[in-house]
This record gives sequence, structure tokens and C-alpha cells, in this order.
Amino acid sequence: MRRLTRERLTGCQVTQASRFEEIVLPHLDAAYNLARWLLRDPVLGEDVVQEAIVRALGHFETYRGGDARAWVLRIVRNAAYDALATRVRQAETPIEAETTDGGLSEAPTLIDPAADPEAALARREQACLLDRALQALPIELRECLVLRELEEMSYREIGRITGVPIGTVMSRLWRARQALLRAGRDAGLSGGGK
Amino acid sequence: MSESHAETMGPLIQADLDGELDPARAAELAAHVPGCPECLLLQQRLADLSLRLRAEATYHRAPARLQAAVAAQLAASGSTAPPQAPSPTTVWHRRLRSAVPFGAGFALAAALAFLLILPRGPDMARLIVDDHLRALQPGHLTDVLSTDQHTVKPWFDGRLDFAPPVRDFARQGFPLIGGRLDYVAGRPVAVLIYGRARHVIDVFVWPGSAPERSGSRRGYNFVRWSEGGMVFWAVSDLEIAGLRDFVRLWQTPGA
Repeated sequence: MRRLTRERLTGCQVTQASRFEEIVLPHLDAAYNLARWLLRDPVLGEDVVQEAIVRALGHFETYRGGDARAWVLRIVRNAAYDALATRVRQAETPIEAETTDGGLSEAPTLIDPAADPEAALARREQACLLDRALQALPIELRECLVLRELEEMSYREIGRITGVPIGTVMSRLWRARQALLRAGRDAGLSGGGK
Repeated sequence: MSESHAETMGPLIQADLDGELDPARAAELAAHVPGCPECLLLQQRLADLSLRLRAEATYHRAPARLQAAVAAQLAASGSTAPPQAPSPTTVWHRRLRSAVPFGAGFALAAALAFLLILPRGPDMARLIVDDHLRALQPGHLTDVLSTDQHTVKPWFDGRLDFAPPVRDFARQGFPLIGGRLDYVAGRPVAVLIYGRARHVIDVFVWPGSAPERSGSRRGYNFVRWSEGGMVFWAVSDLEIAGLRDFVRLWQTPGA
């Protein structure tokens, strides 16, 4: 796990640190949730959140009020994409063989390799299917749907976080939902067999 | 379903469900959908999918290990205050530090922000219970009457400077009845109204943070907790065990 050293931060950032904690830390769950869903890997998810916190500290002067969660999630999202790109570059070295997927491409059937056993027990079978269907979505569709349904972000906020126009957000959400409805029908788990 | 019709209407129907459709087009859609079996089915499926994603998809909360690591990161960055003579504030600080296994500075900041903005616990409980009682008077309970979280949530947009989370627990026996806007301790708060048999549960929401507590006042039970940067107060004449069940649903991501 990445360790942050004092040398990476300047004095100005130190004075801002307590304000930073107040504004950013309440969104740690949201940050981790997004990182987990983007990376589909718990360890990498934690690393990315920590990296994002470092970046957020470094860019804190660019935060001009407004929705802190959206600001944090945008940084998390960028850090996650960078981590995925690094992984793709390293894909020829099969050291991370325990991870399930290689990054940006769709992985058709994924079983979370390190799901928390308690949570796994508590989750119902259907939730697993739904999770898996969501995990199998291409990343650009997955992130839109996670931000919309799990974070209840508006289209505008999603567009800002993912760096695309609202029209693209709409069409990605639509494609994501169509894919999930299809997956639900195929798995026969759509409510009442509709 | 004809693919072209679904392709045209799908994005509109979802935008409507997401509370993102402008009123004119929402009205057009509302006129069209009931008479169109294809759209009706699609609307139902999309709404169902949305409900299920929120209820069943895993919300990955930051594990304690990560919280500790981030707190350590921030401590290393120099946010820990230099040593100073103990004062009431630092005593508070220490208590919070020991109470909350998390970034101490954050806990302090959040707790102080809460204490500064709003009266302390007992007063707040009185204000909340009083407000709940007022609201139970005929005609005062709801401003927006809807069992659909996608209607209630957008209703708050523009009326508040924050977006309260709106969740429905109809499946678990606590159906959403509606929402209203209230003023508590001089600030606007969102109130979500839920039913449980013949009982009414009010959930007051505003930005902030406060440790969990519960109690009762004038025969009404209340539970306070916070998550996601919001403080919640659930108040009801429901027995405390039932109210706690309800609060647990709120605290379970995607319950």
C-alpha cells in the first residue's frame, strides 16, 4: 500500500489540511465505492483511494466550494483510470495473476476474488447476480450507472466527474440499463419474469 | 417491443425516472406512456431495475484499514496540531479522538461544526419531537406526497442547499409516504415520511455529523445517526426496537 511521506506536501497544504479533512473525509465511502466498482479489486481500490487523497491534497486550492463529493469522485475516477492504464501496460508481467481482469476491456463473467466473506454471506443470491452483471459492464457504462444509482448523482455531476457531455451520460446510462435488463432476462431474475 | 420506439423513448423514460426531464417533456411523456403498452412496460422495468440496484447492488464502504491509512496519511501531512495546554476544547478533542477511530481532526471538525450550527443534543431532540408532533396535525405531514423516491428526491432540488438521500423501504415494511421541508433551529431541513402499520416515522436530514444516540421524549422515540455527511433523526411513536430496525435499514448500504 502506498505510503505518503511528509516531503510530498508543501507548507501551504499543511495549513489547509484540517479544512481538507472536514471537506473530503466524509466522502471516503463514496470514494472507495467508486474505486471498487471501477477497478473490481479491493486492494487496488484502496491504493487508488489513497493515491486520490494525495492528489486531492495537492489540488485542494482548485476546490472552489460546491459539491465536495463530486470533486473527490472526479479525482478518484482519474486515479482509477491511471491505475488501470498502468496495469494494462504491465499486463505482460503476469505477477498479478490473482486479479481477475486486465483493465479496460469487458470481462464477461467476474467473481470478486476477495469479497469479504461476511458480506458475501449476507448478500443474497440475486444481489450477487446483479453485482456480477454490473461488474461485467464496460467501464464507461459501469461508472455512469454506479454514480447514478449508488451515489444518486445528477446527469450534470456525472458528466463533470467522467468528463463527458450530458448527452453522452444519458446514452451511456441507457446502454448500461439495457445491458442489465438483458442480463436480467437471460438470468431469469427480472421481477416476475417480465 | 419495436426496437426503434424503445430506442427513442427509452432515454426519455429513464431521464424522467432519474428526475432529469424538463417539465414540458415530462408532461408529454406522462400523457403518452399510460396508453402505450411498450412504454409502460419499459418504464416499469427501468424503475424496477433502479430500485433493485439501490436495494441489492453492493455499496463498498471504506474498510477500517483504509480509513486508518488515510488518517495516517493526513497526520503525516501535518494536520496534527502542535501540543498545547489542555483547554476545554482539547479535552473535547481527546474524547472525540478516543470515541471515533478515525481521523481525529476530522472528527473534531465535524463535531464542532455540528455543535456550532445546531443546539446540543437534548434541545435538538425537543425541537425534533415538537416538529414531528406539529407535522402530525391534519394537513401538515407532507408537502410532496409520493411513494416514489424518484419523485420525492427531485422535489427537494432547488428548495434546499443540499440533496438529502431518499430511499424507499417498502419491501422491508417501511413504505415511503412523502417528504416535506421544515425549519429546525433556524435552518431548512429535509423531512422524509415513512409509514409502518398505523405509525408514522419522520426522518429529518441535514448536512453534518453527529454520533449515534437514541432516546425518547413525550412518548416519542428518536434515533440519531449520521452517514455520508448527513445527520439523520428518525422520530416516531413506533416502539424503539421497530425504530432501530428502520434505522438499520438506512445504515445498510443498498438495504
